[in-house]
Order: sequence, then C-alpha cells, then structure tokens
Amino acid sequence: MKMGARIVFAGAALFLGTGFALAAESEQAAQKPYTVEDGKVDKKTFNGWRRYTESCLRCHGPDGAGSSYGPDLVESVKHMTQDQFNEIVVNGRTNVSAATTSVMPPFGDVEDVVTYLDDIWAYLKARADGVLGRGRPPRIGD
Amino acid sequence: MRSSGLWLMAPAFVLLAGTASGNDELIKLSKDPNQWVIPSGDYANTRYSTLNQITKDNVKNLRPLWTFSTGVLRGHEGGPLVIGDVMYLSTPFPNNVFALDLNNNGRILWKYEPKQDPTVIPVMCCDTVNRGVAYADGKIFLHQADTTLVALDAKTGKELWSVKNGDPKKGETGTSAPLVVKDKVLVGISGGEFGVQAHVTAYNTKDGSRAWRAYSEGPDDQILFDANTTELGKPVGKDSSIKTWQGDQWKIGGGGTWGWISYDPQLNLIYYGSGNPSTWNPVQRPGDNKWSMTIFARNPDTGIAKWAYQMTPHDQWDYDGVNEMILVDVNVKGQPTKALVHFDRNGWLFYVPTNHVCMDYEPFKVSYTAGQPYVGATLSMYPPKGENNLGNFIAWDPSTGKIVWSNSEPFSVWSGALATAGDVVFYGTLEGYLKAVDMQTGKELYKFKTPSGIIGNVNTFTHGGKQYVAVLSGVGGWAGIGMAAGLTQVANAEDWHKAVSGTHQPTAAEKAIDTAGLGAVGAYKALANYTQLGGVLTVFGLSE
Repeated sequence: MKMGARIVFAGAALFLGTGFALAAESEQAAQKPYTVEDGKVDKKTFNGWRRYTESCLRCHGPDGAGSSYGPDLVESVKHMTQDQFNEIVVNGRTNVSAATTSVMPPFGDVEDVVTYLDDIWAYLKARADGVLGRGRPPRIGD
Repeated sequence: MRSSGLWLMAPAFVLLAGTASGNDELIKLSKDPNQWVIPSGDYANTRYSTLNQITKDNVKNLRPLWTFSTGVLRGHEGGPLVIGDVMYLSTPFPNNVFALDLNNNGRILWKYEPKQDPTVIPVMCCDTVNRGVAYADGKIFLHQADTTLVALDAKTGKELWSVKNGDPKKGETGTSAPLVVKDKVLVGISGGEFGVQAHVTAYNTKDGSRAWRAYSEGPDDQILFDANTTELGKPVGKDSSIKTWQGDQWKIGGGGTWGWISYDPQLNLIYYGSGNPSTWNPVQRPGDNKWSMTIFARNPDTGIAKWAYQMTPHDQWDYDGVNEMILVDVNVKGQPTKALVHFDRNGWLFYVPTNHVCMDYEPFKVSYTAGQPYVGATLSMYPPKGENNLGNFIAWDPSTGKIVWSNSEPFSVWSGALATAGDVVFYGTLEGYLKAVDMQTGKELYKFKTPSGIIGNVNTFTHGGKQYVAVLSGVGGWAGIGMAAGLTQVANAEDWHKAVSGTHQPTAAEKAIDTAGLGAVGAYKALANYTQLGGVLTVFGLSE
C-alpha cells in the first residue's frame, strides 16, 4: 500500500512537471531535491516548510530543530535516505517502554502530508545541508 | 491580598442551596489553607494561600526537604493535591496516579496505572500533559489522555467507575484537571488544533452517569443556551453560534475547554473559557466563530448558560481563552462587586507569569481529516528587538491597570503563580528554578534549581503544623516544543515582513534593525541548553 502510494504520487508529480527535461531533472533532484539561490528557496521547498509546520512542528519543533521529546530532524535527515524518511513518515514509529513513550503516528493516510512528502523532504534536506537557516524561508522572486 | 468575599462568609446560603454531600464537604475543605483540595487551590481560582508561616523574612531559609520521581518524562503541568496526610498526584501519559503518605516521607500508599492505547499520544497537540486530579466524597477523579474519566477510591486506589468522555479518533484528548461541583464532576476536552467540537461535560460523582454536556459551538440545544442567555446584558437570541459559522463548520469548530473552571457557590455559577476556533487559518472559517474564545457562566446543575462573552471574535492569532477565571470581590465606586478577572493571552495585585515573545502568524489552506491536525498556519516566534529576556513575571494592579513591578526572566514563564499571606509569591522558570519573591517589590528572596524546567503550578500546605511548598518539575508542553531549540532571529522576521507586506512601505522605524542588539539578545537562546526532560516533585520547607 505504501509503496503503491509513493509511486502514484511520484507519477502525479511527473505529470505536473515540465515535460522533456524530466529524466535529467529527476536525476538532479535525487542529488539536491531543493533549489536555494542566495538563501532563497523555490516553491517546492517553501511549500515543504509550510507543510512541515502544519503536520510536524507540534512534535519536532519549529524548522525541524527538535523539541523536548521529538528528535531534531535537521540532524536525523543527515543519516537517512529519502526512502527511509518516507517509510517512517508514512508508517510512523512507536517506541513505548518503561523509559519512554515516543509515538510518531503514521501519516500515510494524511493528504496534507503524503501529497507533499517530496516537498517536506526538500525543505529538511536544505536545512540539513546547511544552505537554509531557520524561520520562514525567503522565496525566489520575493 | 484577597479580602474574604460575601460568598465565603455565607455558609447559611450554602447549606440551604446544597443537595449532595460533596457540596458542603468540598467547600469547607477548600477553605482550609492547610490542605490543597481543589486543583487550582480554591473554587475562585485565586491561587492565594492564607498560610503565613513562610514569610518574606524567613523564605531565604527555604530548602528542598524531600523529592519524588514520578517515573515519567514529558511535560509536567498541574500539581499535587493534599488532603489530610495524603498527597495525590498524576503524571503525564500514561497518567499514573500516586497517593503519597506525608506521615512517612512520601511513601507510596497506592499507585493507579491506567492502560491506555499509546496511539493517543500523537493526537495530543502540545505534549502529553495532565493538569492534575480532583477530589470529592472520598474519591479521586482522573481525566486521562484518552478522555476516560475514572473515579478511584481515595483510600485504596481501586477503580469505582469509569466513563469515556470523548474520541481520540476525532482528535479529542484529555489534559485538564476535573472540577467537582456539588454532586457532579466537570471535565473539558482538548483538540482545538484537531478540529474537534469541544465541550464541557458533567458526570454524577456517584456513578459516572452523564448529567449534561455543553458544546462550545453548535445549535442552541448543544451549546445549552436558552432565551435567557445574555452577552453583555443583552439576550443573545436563537442560533447565536451557528449563524456565525459557514455551513457545517461549527462541527469542527474547536473552542477547546482544556483550562480551568471556577465556581461561585452563592451565585451557583461555574465559569470557564473556550479556546481558539479551528483552523488557525481565519480565511477558512468566516464569521465570528461563536462561541470560541468565550467566557461562559453556566448553572452547574443543568449546564445552561446564564451569560457568555466572546473575548476575541473570529480569532486570527490562536489566543486560547482558557486561562482561569479568577473570582474576586472588588470595590466599584464604593460598592462591593463580585468580579471575574481573566488574563487572556490578547485590587489587589495579580501576579502574572508572561511570555515576552513576538510572533508572526501566516495562514494557509488545509483540509480536514478526523483525528489529524487542522491547523493551517505557520508560526515564527522570536524575541522582541533588542531585548534579552523572553519572559517576565509581573505584578499587576487591576485598579490602575498598571504593572507595579516586573521581573525579567531569560525564558517565558510557563508555571503558575502562588501568592501567600506571608507576603511571598512563588513561581517556577523554564530552566527549572523555583523562585520566591517579595510580594510588594518583586525582589528575589530565594531560588533553587530543580531537576527540570517547571511548567506546572506551585502549591502550599501544612503537615504536622509545618508549612511546605511543592512543585512538579518536568519540561515540556508548548515550551518544550516551541522553545527547546531556540527561537528564530529578528533578521528572519524582518525578511518575512518584507515578503508578505507587499506594497506596504516600511517606515523608517520598521526598517531599522538593531544589529548590535542581535548579538546582545543571544537571539538563538535554546532552552535545551538549560534543561532536559525530567519528572520530579520537590517539596520545600524552612530548615529547622
């Protein structure tokens, strides 16, 4: 189900894409999923910040920086691939024991998250790569 | 200083009005300063104690006398009850309840461990807090994260009855302390960030059967408004809520009731506030969004609203109106008047812990899914320009409307305040300090760093003739989320303003950035550099 969902959405993104340059684009995107110029971000990365704030901030803190109980994603994302990231977001993660009650819910059915998984990844990767600071990212063209 | 009001001095009225045994016993107990029987201290929510053994002159000799680890990490809001020789406290999820024997250094008399599905944890917006248990009629009442309300035998911890108050699958969760009024236990609901249709419900303390439920928004028979319900003296009329929402949006309207309830036995009214409407994006919910952000006065026997006052129509800032309704008697033009004082987020001296933080708030469109956040806005919090502190603890004079003194704190002050007849005010800081200051001047008289940041409420009681002060430590709550990693810098805010202000030309004053100020502010101060998770009760007393 989750893999199917991912393929469908990736397909949708390609349909919405700009045509012939797709192959080269997706290869480049695998390297750098974001575009940051002069500290300003593209629409996708900006949208990733917004969607992050809607669905992730309440546990992972503002700008992916972590909370008293949700890990610092800027750090976490340095140690995982996009596939691993997607798997955790879609399926969630539970860690309940005597010492901890850490429950990340699955977001696989949440439209506001799965539709924009690539964007959220782009935003966090830009943060993790050190090319984007905290706060509302300025947009290219602003 | 709080003078005794008419309602305190009219036990005859109380005896005539009361019907159930919980009524008189609880009112009487709540007036005993040696105990702490109601989660907020008393029915008027003043958090003022007449105990005066600890004074501004001897509080410098205060020291921690014993401690108790709750065994749970995450935000510790609320505080313990003290009834007779027993202290009762609840923990964040999994919401364990302990009865501690004050005669034996806090030995555990019993422990109640609810079994809850951990999938409720991520549905709790802002940490898995619990604001405390309630007591009446030999029973302890616990409001669990999964919205179960359970009555326990206060002597043994045995479960007497249990009822489900809400549905976490719809985003409803439980964090607030219940309040017992006469023969009913009242409880609110959390979930304003999840698009719930919030409510306050009354259950009969005897057996947990439901007595009434009043929603924050909806048709009149759901919000329990009738022809006599007024706002500012005028009847609100039919459908006062649904006509201020578009279509069926009131069904996911928010108005969370996770704060404190106060009660006036003489007027027979309970008072509480409702929180923000759902979503945070005001464009998606046109209308005044009644009755979110509202102070309600209701009859506790029937739930019918006598009056309501909406503090912030069509909220655009998430100004939750749930902070306590403090009931006091003031002189208005020489006439003693029963007044309600409420410090919303938008006499005597009132001691107010505050945030000293700026916030930018930008909405965007979101879809609603039951059980998922329904937020629709981004936030950026940052310190005020050129300022060093993110919090203040202030003394405010309601008769002049002026701040009398203000103590700056490096971080927002997230704890409750406790004022005492010993002329001392206590509060806790996010780095973990329990502080005692002079009531009149604010001068710091004592401080002690507890194991973790304090976001709960300080209380006081006596045992064996000696006065103690108790507070829970355990950083979390919104402070643990929004501030743990530090706030953004003022420079980012400037860029944001430029970007969103469109054709608006900033004035010279707006253009000026105090770049020197940025360094001085230490604008990137992270709470995580000062404290980590914890879960400890500390009990202080004067050294022998």
